[in-house]
Amino acid sequence: MATAPLVRLEGVTKVYRMGDVELAALAGVTLTIEQGEFTAVMGASGSGKSTLMNLLGCLDRPTSGRYLLDGQEIGALGNDQLAALRNRTIGFVFQNFNLLSRTSAAENVELPLLYAGVASAQRRARAVESLTRVGLGDRVDHHPNQLSGGQQQRVAIARALVNRPRVILADEPTGNLDSRTSVDVMALFQELGRGGITVVLVTHEPDIAAYAARVVTMRDGLVRSDVRQVARLAVAPAEGAEVQP
Amino acid sequence: MSWLMTLRVALRALARNKMRSFLTGLGVVIGVAAVIAMVAIGDGAKARVEATFASMGSNMLIVMSGSSSGGGAMGGSGTMPSITWDDLKAIQTELSAVKEAAPIVRSSAQVLADDANWGTSVQGTTPDFLRVRAWPVAQGAAFTQADVDGGAKVALLGQTVVDKLFGASANPVGQVIRAKSVPFTVVGVLGRKGQSPFGQDYDDVVLVPVTTFQQKIQGGLKNYIPGQIVLSAVAADATTRAQMQISGLLRDRHRIGPDAEDDFTIRNLSEIASAQQEGTRTLTTLLAAIAAVSLLVGGIGIMNIMLVSVTERTREIGVRMAVGARARDIQLQFLVEALTLSVAGGLVGVALGLGLAGWMASAFGWSMLVRPDVILLAVGFSALVGVGFGFWPALKASRLDPITALRFE
Repeated sequence: MATAPLVRLEGVTKVYRMGDVELAALAGVTLTIEQGEFTAVMGASGSGKSTLMNLLGCLDRPTSGRYLLDGQEIGALGNDQLAALRNRTIGFVFQNFNLLSRTSAAENVELPLLYAGVASAQRRARAVESLTRVGLGDRVDHHPNQLSGGQQQRVAIARALVNRPRVILADEPTGNLDSRTSVDVMALFQELGRGGITVVLVTHEPDIAAYAARVVTMRDGLVRSDVRQVARLAVAPAEGAEVQP
Repeated sequence: MSWLMTLRVALRALARNKMRSFLTGLGVVIGVAAVIAMVAIGDGAKARVEATFASMGSNMLIVMSGSSSGGGAMGGSGTMPSITWDDLKAIQTELSAVKEAAPIVRSSAQVLADDANWGTSVQGTTPDFLRVRAWPVAQGAAFTQADVDGGAKVALLGQTVVDKLFGASANPVGQVIRAKSVPFTVVGVLGRKGQSPFGQDYDDVVLVPVTTFQQKIQGGLKNYIPGQIVLSAVAADATTRAQMQISGLLRDRHRIGPDAEDDFTIRNLSEIASAQQEGTRTLTTLLAAIAAVSLLVGGIGIMNIMLVSVTERTREIGVRMAVGARARDIQLQFLVEALTLSVAGGLVGVALGLGLAGWMASAFGWSMLVRPDVILLAVGFSALVGVGFGFWPALKASRLDPITALRFE
């Protein structure tokens, strides 16, 4: 018997009710993502990709269908259990970084550990370790407003990584970054994938999706195509080098 | 998440917005400071009233003769002697609620020492007077009942008289003073008593045996007491009973019919004292109520800021939820933030209030009295304000939908 897939969606729907109108954001999605896969989810706005991300991230429950994360049925869990899953199994990366202002990089990274009940000294050590992993070992006490956009996003990735999750969910992580720092961030994700972490990336840019090994395209709440490809290798350009568009 | 960690998260959040946290806490600081200062000053005033009344004598009542009426003009109390020496004896021996009773007759007189003189109040009485007034003898000894029976020419001096005749530090015991050309040997000096609630100097007095007073200073009617009787009830709560017993006894002895008016007056000092205390208590309650209202306003200030804070930090709440905070972690964080603001405000307020009360006491010459229970109550109440007014914003924060919160601009 093969090992169970990390993410398994079976006929998942999500229906929003707005007054009398029912809006099916997801109309029946079946999708399997194996551990270590680097998947990009593409689609126009309104295609349902954000709803899919929210479901994958255990921020929401499906209206019908089954969602199994690491073999666990999500629909049956209470709010506190979902919070625990978000804390230990999932790491979020957002388009606008969502770092706490006037709070050092290390303290931002410590946040998930706080809710995991990790002791203070250990929190700090793990936060520094995580920041070092994303190349910010020398910026632990900097505040977000003292960091560039790319650095802020790497702090956010360090925060997503610090509790050793199984899945990283990144929602337009390069949306607010220039092309060079975007390649930086994609290189980081590819490295994480090689380390066995599953990365699911939402983007509307084909350039960015090219770095993923698999591209799932959504339209009208359904998966329209699911293509495995040879990922373009993201090579972080040397400092000061010209970037080819 | 543990309480300690929640507290650290809350403190960190408050530290990120120091100015706002300070201004928010200021409402409670002012409220608590007002409560502490007002109650300290109010209690001080009450204690001072209690002390001045206690200095007049504990459980004291005064019996005065009735009023005279001549040609349509009504004299005041005591203008027509009606209380006899036998009445005094009856009061002393027959009434269960009366502990001690002493006559007091007064005359203004010029008192002379060797090289000084002073106009004062010479009063004739018995040794019981000192017990009724709870008045200790500072130097020498009081005159005795034997001195009264024998009409001895001895005197007890008040501190003011000693100061005027002999100088502040002198010991006049054994010296001779003259009043109305009569030599009196000083046998003792009374302890300092201070002022009456109405500003009269208690210590400006010379006490002599009542018999000597009547023979040598100012003669009076043989059977009537040309002054007052001061007496003490057996206990503080027995003054009313004593008053009724005296009234009944005197009406009986003076054969006053059921419909006729008393020919004497009884003053119950503990009643005056409790009326005065009631007055200050009302004032204290009023001040404390005003202060409590300002504390309440401080609490509403906290709620207002916490609500603004929840809205402003919606994204932060969303992030916290996304990384694993449970609804109750969020609720607790905001509750602890409100509680921290209010309790810290309360503690600063206590310090400020005590300082303020101390300053007012020294600047205006008021008394202050600090009661630990009031401090505990004020801090406890400010904590209650924090929880009470922090609860709704905290609940609101914990009920945010993480998806909406993360998208909040």
